[in-house]
Amino acid sequence: MTLLATESLTKTYGGRVTALADLTVSVEPGIIGLVGANGAGKSTLIKILLGLLPPTTGRVRVLGLDPTTDPAAVRARVGYMPEHDALPPDLSAAELVTHLGRMSGLPRTVARERASEALRHVGLHEERHRAVGGYSTGMKQRVKLAQALVHDPDLLLLDEPTNGLDPAGRDAMLALIHRIGTEFGISVVVCSHLLGEVERICDTLVAIDGGRLLRADRVAAMTTATDVLAVEVSEGTDELAARLAALDLPVSRDGRLLLVPLADDHTYDLILGAVAELDLPLHRLDQRRHRVAELFAPREPSHV
Amino acid sequence: MSEATGVIHDIGYQRYTGPRLGRRQVFGALYGHGLRTVFGLGRSAKAKIFPWLVVAVVTVVAAGLTAVRSQIGQVVLTYAQFADAMSWLVIFFVAVAAPELVSRDLRSGVLPLYFSRPLPRGDYALAKLAALITALWLLLGGPQLVMFLGAAFTTSRGMRGVWDELLDLLPGLLYAGLWAVVFASIGLLVASLTGKRAFAAGGIVAVFLMTTPVVGVLSIMPSRTVNELAFLASPSSLVSGVGTWALGDLLTQGQEGGIPIGGFGPVYAVVALLLVAACVSLLLLRYRKVAAR
Repeated sequence: MTLLATESLTKTYGGRVTALADLTVSVEPGIIGLVGANGAGKSTLIKILLGLLPPTTGRVRVLGLDPTTDPAAVRARVGYMPEHDALPPDLSAAELVTHLGRMSGLPRTVARERASEALRHVGLHEERHRAVGGYSTGMKQRVKLAQALVHDPDLLLLDEPTNGLDPAGRDAMLALIHRIGTEFGISVVVCSHLLGEVERICDTLVAIDGGRLLRADRVAAMTTATDVLAVEVSEGTDELAARLAALDLPVSRDGRLLLVPLADDHTYDLILGAVAELDLPLHRLDQRRHRVAELFAPREPSHV
Repeated sequence: MSEATGVIHDIGYQRYTGPRLGRRQVFGALYGHGLRTVFGLGRSAKAKIFPWLVVAVVTVVAAGLTAVRSQIGQVVLTYAQFADAMSWLVIFFVAVAAPELVSRDLRSGVLPLYFSRPLPRGDYALAKLAALITALWLLLGGPQLVMFLGAAFTTSRGMRGVWDELLDLLPGLLYAGLWAVVFASIGLLVASLTGKRAFAAGGIVAVFLMTTPVVGVLSIMPSRTVNELAFLASPSSLVSGVGTWALGDLLTQGQEGGIPIGGFGPVYAVVALLLVAACVSLLLLRYRKVAAR
């Protein structure tokens, strides 16, 4: 089954600002990373998927349903976590999530039970009876995730779920999203402007820029070909290149840098070993960070 | 191996396969939630103070009127006049309740959480409006019921007296409903324009109170027609005008009262209807715009 499909989807605001331009993409269930710089059209796409905005032209299907003609049916099966602060400060998390569960059509007692369950799954226990106003950013993000989960959706749309979190909080949030996608059996679309963050947990990446599709593919298909280690030594670059070549590493030069495709952790060991043997002053060894636009070189839209 | 006892298993995530309620029940849930919010139920103690203070005041006034009537045997205020007399309290009640219902949601940004659910965006506004109308009607109608019970138990004419009293009560309740509809639609529309509760409350009070002097000025103009149409200028006197026309003697029960609207009664009714229709349309339009953001 196709999870999401768009066909020549275009959205212009007032006929001038183009948020989405001729976007055709189709993805299978799983954890999908939707990456792009701020203003790339991610939030517009989410609003169209929820049926909150009508597309200017083109077609869109979510879980086999059309959000432009049947938004209620789509929204009943989708959970949405907005990017911005969305919690009334004087309600407790339990009250808020219960109320929003009822707004999704759960009967009263079921809503209360599922709200406690959802809050437990995101890691809020006794705190759930305190007013949200006193929560930390990380806890607020968890409440936002719990309210998206309370009605047991088939698809979660998460808009920048790691916004404002410290590194530990980010890791915890990403681990939680990964768990929802793998153990709970719920497909997840994670929007982010940080590729490095979402690629760790996603099976599929969709990159958009300026409202256009850059690339959509399985993560496995992309990262193996693109992860590169950059090695820089203060002297003896040629010697090191020769040594690495002798170790069967397909090394290439880029100015003062040596670039080695990263096969697995063993590649690090080989390079470090070679540097140590030659007794060279190692200046830098890091995984090359690709910018989104660089990694997702424009090409034909693909079907994943 | 046999099952170990006393071990708590993490049962993990469970899918929900039970019933999902339809649009009408969700609307009902939101309506019920709104009604509770107005009276501060399920909220902090601070949120309960004002609404229950107002409820206490109107109830005490109603009880006082009943007591006086049973002692001196004379009707001090009829049911409808009671609603008129309490109008200033209703204005303040709306000024607190309407922002509580809609401005808070605007400010906290919780609306995207509502509009990403099956509930149509118009339903949100209409459920809140229905909750406010009900609250105002209860606020005016509840004390009338107290007055009715007092009169019914002290009547000297048996069942006949109770029946007459009931016939007096019903127009009073109808009139309270008119107050509720007009005040709630105007108040909620004003409140939905801003996320700041203080601004919303100020705006609502301004709309109701600032229009009263206009009525005063128009009613001393040297033209009888202008005088008789003057009461259109303010929501409070507009409601009184419609009441005078539609219920007439039933409101005043033969006493002095009512307002001099001459033969323009139908005009008042039409204007009131248009006013409510305009407020509700603007409210729906407002939420169409909010949701698309």
